[in-house]
Amino acid sequence: MLRSATTWLLVGQRLGIAAITLVIVSFAVFFATELLPGDVAEILLGQSATPEAVAGLRTAMGLDEPAFTRFLSWLAGLAQGDLGMSYANNMAVADLLAGRLANTLRLAGIVTLVCVPLALTLGIAAAMWRGSLLDRAVSMLTISVISVPEFMVATLAVLIFAVWLDWLPALSYGVNVDSLGAMLRAYAMPVITLTFVVSAQMIRMTRAAVIETINTPYVEMALLKGASRRRMVLRHALPNALGPIANAVALSLSYLVGGVIIVETVFNYPGVAKLMVDAVATRDLPLIQSCAMIFCISYLLLITLADVIAMLSNPRLRR
Amino acid sequence: MSLPLRIPTPARLGYSFNWAGRIGLAVILFWVVIALIGPWITPYAPGDMVDWNYFGPVNGQFWMGTDYLGRDILSRVIMGARYTVGIAAAAVVLACAGGVILGMIAGVTGGWFDMLLSRLLDAFNGIPSLLFGLVVVAAVGSSIPVLILTLAVIYLPGSYRFARALAVNVNTMDFVTVARARGEGFGHIILREVFPNILGPVLADLGLRFVFIVLVLSGLSFLGLGVQPPNADWGGLVRENIEGLSLGAPAVIFPSVAIASLTISVNMFIDNLPTRIRDRSE
Repeated sequence: MLRSATTWLLVGQRLGIAAITLVIVSFAVFFATELLPGDVAEILLGQSATPEAVAGLRTAMGLDEPAFTRFLSWLAGLAQGDLGMSYANNMAVADLLAGRLANTLRLAGIVTLVCVPLALTLGIAAAMWRGSLLDRAVSMLTISVISVPEFMVATLAVLIFAVWLDWLPALSYGVNVDSLGAMLRAYAMPVITLTFVVSAQMIRMTRAAVIETINTPYVEMALLKGASRRRMVLRHALPNALGPIANAVALSLSYLVGGVIIVETVFNYPGVAKLMVDAVATRDLPLIQSCAMIFCISYLLLITLADVIAMLSNPRLRR
Repeated sequence: MSLPLRIPTPARLGYSFNWAGRIGLAVILFWVVIALIGPWITPYAPGDMVDWNYFGPVNGQFWMGTDYLGRDILSRVIMGARYTVGIAAAAVVLACAGGVILGMIAGVTGGWFDMLLSRLLDAFNGIPSLLFGLVVVAAVGSSIPVLILTLAVIYLPGSYRFARALAVNVNTMDFVTVARARGEGFGHIILREVFPNILGPVLADLGLRFVFIVLVLSGLSFLGLGVQPPNADWGGLVRENIEGLSLGAPAVIFPSVAIASLTISVNMFIDNLPTRIRDRSE
């Protein structure tokens, strides 16, 4: 397919908007964390600290400078890949984050590999045979899954697979992962839980997007000229539903980076979300800011990617 | 000559519900009534230990068994309805009121105000909702007003986005142009022209947001940051009694069923709203 220069210009424009949004986000993240109540120096020094010691520490940490100056130096550091030092344990934030981020991305990656093909197949199939037994079963199941809290899906999974069937360990970490089998077993529970939660949303949105295009005149035309139901959906409807589907997938996947706090807690999985909640308890501002930036960047990346896919797949968006 | 008398019943106006919608509505009303009259119908005081037997079974004395301290689960579920339904309802009303007002203003005025607000709230959407709630509650401490405000703030951007998209559509319609040409002020256009025409979809959206809020609130309570003991909402009840899970204790099953019944019935109700209400454009 030929993509004209204007297409790439529009894609570039979309990337530009994403970059501007990123700056706004970093601004919001920095000043929102500044608003957290509680003084870092006082918390670090404990209750017996003298006012002089607190003032000294504040100066040493640069907390005395105006917020905007600190924002600029923080931003300059970010651009160079320097995330700052953690207040709570004097380690570089980058070192603290690296391992956790790898864990989070590994879990997110596995879940993505399992659930994207699964969700797209089920969603498209449900739309293709709308009103069939399959469609009704899938709709019923997905609406049940998105209606109950995540911890119920997680505890139900523990109850069934770990307690009743005794197939899998209830905790994912702490079990040794030397062999492939052991690793599969360790990741099975969080992956099963997240696959249910994430794909339910994806299936519903995919189904809705495909059904919407099926209802358009040109797809009806395809049916009238004698195309099979399969051809009608896969060749005529699906390419036009690609944009909304990409959007739905992006939204669901962005959830896998920061939204999995419940699953991380229930299965004791050391990911970024848990790190951030712990950081709030210790008022570890650099760590909180870095975590928040990671979530926002991954969200922006996925949404922008979805928008670009939508633009490339739909000529009407390129006008 | 007399006109045939036709009473405008909901069915004749196209506003009638099918059976799934009615069941959903019935369950929602049931929980609302329970939440309202809760303190007067609990068989025992919800904080009292009434049984020596912890994780007691269902019997004639304790209809839903007892919890990990031997407190009556039925009484605690009834009181939990107050917290879960009450907090979620207050938060969703705040979120939607704020979102719809800002969305209508942005949709009708357009320009830099619209651009700035939309970009800002879009960026805010990127922060995972439960995580934002956790951070705020961990920082400020958990109390009921804090929970309501936090949940409202989390769901305001989504509501804004939805209302703005609808308002932009309505804003281009002929009757709004006519109203402008007539010289009507900004307030009139928003309140009398735009608002009535986006009300149906906005109410459907409010229902969905209510479900999300119930889920996030339950999640917060499940992590121990929601309603604080000795009080408990339904998520808190699940947390308290999670050890009873392997015993198959009714103490952990009934609060879970309560959450699921509320959220599923709201979804059923919204999904089966008459198209007249849900989508005025058709």
